[in-house]
Parts: sequence; C-alpha cells; structure tokens
Amino acid sequence: MCMATIKFTYALKRFFPGLKDTPAKGNTLAEIFHAAEESFPGIRSYLLDEQGRLRQHVNIFIDGNLIKDRNDLNDPFSDNSEIYIMQALSGG
Amino acid sequence: MNKQTILLGTRKGLIAYHRSNSRWAVENLSFEGQPVSIAYSDPRNGTWWACLDHGHWGVKLHRSTDRGENWEEVPAPAYPEGEEVKDGVPAATRYIWAMSHGGKHYLSKLWLGTDPGGLFISEDGGDSFQLVESLWQHPSRKTGWMGGGRDQPGIHSIVVDPRNEDHLHIGISCAGVFETMDGGRSWEVRNKGLRADFLPDPDSDIGHDPHILVAAPTDPDTLWQQNHCGIFRSVNGGMSWQEVSQPEGPARFGFAITVADDNPDQAWVAPADSDMVRTAIKGALCICRTDDGGKNWKDLRNGLPQENCFDIVYRHALASSGETVAFGTTTGNLFFSPDRGECWETLNNYLPMIYSVQFTD
Repeated sequence: MCMATIKFTYALKRFFPGLKDTPAKGNTLAEIFHAAEESFPGIRSYLLDEQGRLRQHVNIFIDGNLIKDRNDLNDPFSDNSEIYIMQALSGG
Repeated sequence: MNKQTILLGTRKGLIAYHRSNSRWAVENLSFEGQPVSIAYSDPRNGTWWACLDHGHWGVKLHRSTDRGENWEEVPAPAYPEGEEVKDGVPAATRYIWAMSHGGKHYLSKLWLGTDPGGLFISEDGGDSFQLVESLWQHPSRKTGWMGGGRDQPGIHSIVVDPRNEDHLHIGISCAGVFETMDGGRSWEVRNKGLRADFLPDPDSDIGHDPHILVAAPTDPDTLWQQNHCGIFRSVNGGMSWQEVSQPEGPARFGFAITVADDNPDQAWVAPADSDMVRTAIKGALCICRTDDGGKNWKDLRNGLPQENCFDIVYRHALASSGETVAFGTTTGNLFFSPDRGECWETLNNYLPMIYSVQFTD
C-alpha cells in the first residue's frame, strides 16, 4: 500500500537523534502527528501546542505548498505526498 | 554561609559558574544556543532544572541530577484542552517565568509560573505538572489580568512560606500579589497600598505590576517587591504595602530585588532609568542597598561601569547569599560582590543576555 511520507528538518535531529523519513500513518495531519509520536515520543509537542495548533515558527509543506490551516490541520494530502516539517527562519 | 555555585539562565544556554580557591570558573554549559528562561537548582536535592524557550519548538522542561552532565526531558506544563486566556484566545504555555520547590514537608512538590497566567503544580517530583484550577478560575483573571513585560499575563514570582508550606504568595504581571493559605485551593488578592500609575485608577484592586516579589528568609512576613511603580515593602505578610522608593535617587524603577538571608531589613535593587528609557541611569551601572527596611538606600558602584553603559538587570537576575551578591545583565555582563555590594568584580563581559541568576551549593 502506498503511503505519504513525512520528512523532518535536520534541526529536529538535535532532539530526536533517530529521526528519519517516516510513513505518514493517518488520513489527516493531526492523525499522522499522533502516529509519529509513537515512533518518536515527545515529537508532537515540538510541532504542536497543547491545543493542537501548529507552533508559530514551524512550517509544514505538502508537496511543496505551505499548508493553510495551522489551527485544525485540515489541509489534504495524497498517498504519494511528501510532507515536509520545516522550521521558519526566525530568531536571532 | 556563602554558596559556591552561580547558575545562570541565558538567551543562549544554561551556564554554571563554580568558585574554588576564591576563583570563579565555568563548570557547565548546557543547551548551548537555546534560550533558558529560568535555570533553577532545587536546594532540597540538588536537582538542576532548565526551563527552555525554544523559538521554534515551544517551551520545554529538563532536569539533571548530576550538575548538568546529563539531562532528562520531562513533559512541560500544558493547559487542558479548551482553556482560554480570554474568550476566543486559546491558552498554551508560552513561557516558564518562575519555579519553586514546595518545601521540606512536601518533598515531591514543585511549583511553576507561566505566561499566559497559569500556575502549575507537580506532586511527583516534576514527572508531571497540573494547572492550579482555583487560580485559573479566579473571577478577576479574564477581565482584570493583562500583559506586562510580556504580551499576556504571567506568573513570575512564587514565594513559599517555610513556616507553613501551604502558605504561598505569588506575583503576577499584570494582576498583582495573590495569597493562598490552603496550598492553592483558594486565593486572596494582596495589593493594598500598591500604586498602578498606568491604570485609570492607580488604587485598583487588580492590575498591578509587581516585577518581582520576594520574602525575607529570616522573617517571611516581610515581603519586598520591585514594582513597575516603585519599590514596596510589607511587614505583615502582604496585608498592606508601603512604598520605600527613593523620592529623588536611583532606587525607584527597576526589575530585580533580593533580600539578605540573615536580615529582613537588608535588600538590594538594580535601578534602571524609568519605564520610558530602560537603560542604566546616565550610562552608569549601580546597585542600591538598604540596611534599614528601605528608609535609606546606598549606591554601590565600586567596580561597576560608570560611563557608556546600557545594561539593565532582569527580574530574576539579581541574587544574594550570605556576604555575596551577584547579578547578570541584558548585555551579558556578570558581576559578583564578596562583601554585600561594597565592591564588585567582573566575572564575564561576553555572556548572552542573562535571564536568571541563582546561588546554589
């Protein structure tokens, strides 16, 4: 069965050394983060706040396009999609 | 007894200085590059805590039982699903602004203060933290609390009474001082005598800005606060406050205050030039000390830069222990005094912005 892939920014490897491209288990972004938590315990709290919203300085691209729904994570993706988790260029 | 370690929370990591043979040297650097809002050593067991404020990945909490050699991440305080700061504004932890142990009778208890205004308690040594609902549901919160120093209300001060560890005072910017006598089940407002010049009614019950609240270790009924609108002292456990600022001198506006651990009448503040300017006054850095409960203040400048200086001292970045005093500044300077501030030595001119300073063993 074909499945979308999550690709994580290298910046997260500092906190999750075993991080690698991971099959996206689920039909929504919220579901796949829930599943990613099983592979990499704690990672969900690095990407989402406790109300389930994408953190302000985290970006998600689906097949090259920035997602639009940062609060409910309802942007669609397909079985062949690549879902990139990136950090926004911010800070100092 | 002077403590021999200084723990720093900085914009670029946790840094520990240790003194041996009268020389200070860096003992540990952890979380290099990460903002550490509070570095805290629990005096009951020596556990170090690092409250991280990742720009990208949110607020995180780590602890070390071996002086920073190894760290363990524990779940950071999180607001229950659906909680709101105000109607329509979801509540999520934005910053850890205060940490305190729960006392020697509650060895597993820890308190955390956060932006946006939630107090959290752990009863399992920090394995997990829960929101203190009684304060979160206080009728004044949604309507009367506001941002001050940060965009949303924040708890920056947690003062546990060593005589009765169910008795706490907390400081909130902006709301003021709150007191519980029953371990956090119920809360009373303790702002009588404070002044909030930035409100239409300066004598308002709620909305005050105590930049930092501390108690005298030898007399916990003596409370001090460096408030946005001056320095205030209470000798009756916060039931009423008296202003003890200098009418003309530098001891007035600032963020930090510390009280001597052997004298409730002796305290130090780190003056800054008014809330409009917020730099060292006339380019010269000074600490002020009172030895008589705030009636008189003495400028302590020996060894501190006296020209072209822009440093100010954040609310958690001034500390005392026995004869010693230390403070860190917004421009990354760290100063130490072996004699209650009479003279100062520079420990480092090249640190990151310093958020917290604590003496520990």
